[in-house]
Amino acid sequence: MGKMPLWADAILVPLISLLLAAFFSAIVILGIGENPIEAFNLMVDGALKRSAGWGYTLYYTTNYIFTGLAVAVAFHARLFNIGGEGQAMIGGVGVALACLYIPWPHWSLAIVGASTAAALFGAAWAFIPAYLQAKRGSHIVITTIMFNYIAFSVLGYLLVEVLRPTGQMDPASASFPEATHLPNFHEMFAPEGSRMFRGAPANVTFFLSLLACVFVWVLIWKTRLGYDIRSFGFSETAAKYAGTSPVRITVIAMLISGALAGMMSVNTTLGESERLILNSTEGAGFVGIAVALMGRNHPIGILMAALLFGFLAQGGAELALWTDIPRELIVVIQALVILFTGALDNMVRMPLERLFLNFGRKENA
Amino acid sequence: MAAPAASTPLALELKGISKAFGPVQANKDISISVRPGTIHGIIGENGAGKSTLMSILYGFYKADSGEIYIRGQKTNIPDSQAAIAAGIGMVFQHFKLVENFTVLENIILGAEDGALLRPSLAKARKTLKTLAEEYELNVDPDAMIEDLSVGHQQRVEILKALYRQADILILDEPTGVLTPAEADQLFRILDRLRKEGKTIILITHKLREIMEYTDTVSVMRRGQMTATVQTKDTSPEGLAELMVGRKVLLQVDKEPAKPGDEILKIEGLRVVDEAGVERVKGIDLTVRAGEIVGIAGVAGNGQSELLEVLGGFQDATGSVTVNGQELPLSGHGADGQARRAAGIAHVPEDRQKEGLIMEFSAWENSVFGYHHEPEYQNGILMDNKGILAKAADQMERFDVRPPHPHLAAKNFSGGNQQKIVVAREIERNPDVLLIGQPTRGVDIGAIEFIHQQIVNLRDQGKAILLVSVELEEVLSLADRVAVMFDGQIMGERNASETDEKELGLLMAGVTGETS
Repeated sequence: MGKMPLWADAILVPLISLLLAAFFSAIVILGIGENPIEAFNLMVDGALKRSAGWGYTLYYTTNYIFTGLAVAVAFHARLFNIGGEGQAMIGGVGVALACLYIPWPHWSLAIVGASTAAALFGAAWAFIPAYLQAKRGSHIVITTIMFNYIAFSVLGYLLVEVLRPTGQMDPASASFPEATHLPNFHEMFAPEGSRMFRGAPANVTFFLSLLACVFVWVLIWKTRLGYDIRSFGFSETAAKYAGTSPVRITVIAMLISGALAGMMSVNTTLGESERLILNSTEGAGFVGIAVALMGRNHPIGILMAALLFGFLAQGGAELALWTDIPRELIVVIQALVILFTGALDNMVRMPLERLFLNFGRKENA
Repeated sequence: MAAPAASTPLALELKGISKAFGPVQANKDISISVRPGTIHGIIGENGAGKSTLMSILYGFYKADSGEIYIRGQKTNIPDSQAAIAAGIGMVFQHFKLVENFTVLENIILGAEDGALLRPSLAKARKTLKTLAEEYELNVDPDAMIEDLSVGHQQRVEILKALYRQADILILDEPTGVLTPAEADQLFRILDRLRKEGKTIILITHKLREIMEYTDTVSVMRRGQMTATVQTKDTSPEGLAELMVGRKVLLQVDKEPAKPGDEILKIEGLRVVDEAGVERVKGIDLTVRAGEIVGIAGVAGNGQSELLEVLGGFQDATGSVTVNGQELPLSGHGADGQARRAAGIAHVPEDRQKEGLIMEFSAWENSVFGYHHEPEYQNGILMDNKGILAKAADQMERFDVRPPHPHLAAKNFSGGNQQKIVVAREIERNPDVLLIGQPTRGVDIGAIEFIHQQIVNLRDQGKAILLVSVELEEVLSLADRVAVMFDGQIMGERNASETDEKELGLLMAGVTGETS
């Protein structure tokens, strides 16, 4: 009563927001003297037309699903985890240690071991800000941001001083053993002799991210813990009345969030680079915030938003490759998408709601 | 009342005011005439549209149709500035005062004459003095708001309106936070204002206030004005019937209590809050099986803390036992779940902030606090289907309207939200029921039902501790009454052997022994 139908809320609103974002992006592209329609075609060509483009788009999508879910789980407890980037970096350290020091006989075992290690390391990195928030009231936004910088420095130190093989020049670990190689989409789906998905980094981890979506959905809406997390997120006083410990929920929600962010590194470190490198996260931790925001903290929404941002990442790379449009512009476009779908959401929602109300009243009359 | 002279224009006239929020018709073709120099009561259940109507009058909402006449002049009120300019003053239920400003500073806030404060303050001081003499509205102009009693804070609100030259004063549930004595003072002031020619609109749900203090009364039900009558021509029963649309039982129907064993025993209970202030100063209290013990007192005298301690979300020292079992009062084991396991159910004072998750659906709320119980689990998942079925059945039996378990709690009216909470707590069949403000913001029809449920539980031999700021409610529902003042129990009386006057004195901290 008094609300829009679900389809309008879930599809129409984001769609209109996207169109608005596209419109303003077009103006920006025009402003730097390029043709927006051509640019758009190029993005679609590069990201969606060819299988290799898809291979990249889905690779980015996988990253964003993990980080988006991480932000969403924390947000259901009203905790703003800005530290996905750092948690993913430290998760990568876990992956590297698991792959370098344990002789896995087969990739299927390696991915289980690497995921576990990534989740544990990511969760551990999230634990400290969570504990500080729960016990000391240090604001989690501040601490998680700071922990991103610390993670970056720790990673640099480990790569330069500890994990770098002697004689190697670049700050990276040794390559992982052949047995840990994860099947990529080319190996999985291309028929004999076909070039389908060739050279693209999308790999089996994509399916792991889909599993993570299901896991988060079940966790949040079907379990006792999810009920605790959501009720704590909506009202801390009510949670206290119910007998839920705020400390416990804060810490657990952040551990799960950190674990999900950490698992992103299975895709980048084990699935793509096959060794630990310095900048494998590429800002995915931050994009996750936008993905969760746009996906309304629901796994299905996050999946869709991750696809969109995957497309933007890959399409943007193509733009930079084939035109004079600088790569930074794609950040502008992403920012516009975030602005319109997230921050200015009500600008679209309110008039639309009024429209539906007026329409509904006429029908009732 | 004598018929008004034909020449005096009405103070306020509304003609055909309608306002819809989407498909919900909050006000439907409302017309009302208020004569100058009268107290006009507006009474109605929650959600009847009283607040919407007053918000339109004060410029918060714009009416879809209809006209407002003030002193015979057609007036547009697009915002509250316009309402003030038209001479309308509003005293909200929750005061809009700056706590760490003085009375004088609060009064000129928003009505300063220029960039410099000194001349405004001087002028206000003078005006305040005349107002105080004229209406017996005495307040120290240099006192900080936070140091004033609630009754005096309300006077500041009234002074604020008068300073802005209001001659129509709207008061929204003004006695909700006052002691009986403070309420009497308020009505003396209102009477004085009326004699000076001011017009007062009193919004309340208390039939007694309407009957005692108003000249005319308008009854609202479901967005419509069902009747406007001279107060002297009506009765409480008649008004209640007009409000609810059916006959209502105003008295709680109950047999004398048959108290059994001591169930809940409180000894030497002390609570120190986070700021280090002692809120509860050594309370001893016993509740036996099959009796309702009511705690009366003005809000903020330690009753809330008492409930919080018993409910498991406030640390304390002292001793609390249930059926002889000592309960931990701090640290591990002193939480809501442990209390429920010990047989204590709790209908909290603030259902919207504590008792319910407003965004959760009714069925999710139907197990809130008990959601860890094994009976609601299905392996590692929650038994959502089972909970839903149970909730639907519960809503049916407790007459929750509408009976849609999927509706979010925030979409129910106050009374129905309360029924959801009461149903949840009573259905657990507890040994002890704590119940805070059972009917705050609850409509008359639902009050009757909720009171009956509480009495039924008592008759099943349960121990019930009731906290309410409504003295009438405590008197009619409780078998024994303890009065709290400043963190202490000033005295205990049998409900049948005391009256509002005696309790009112105790509530103000005056013990019988000294007088």
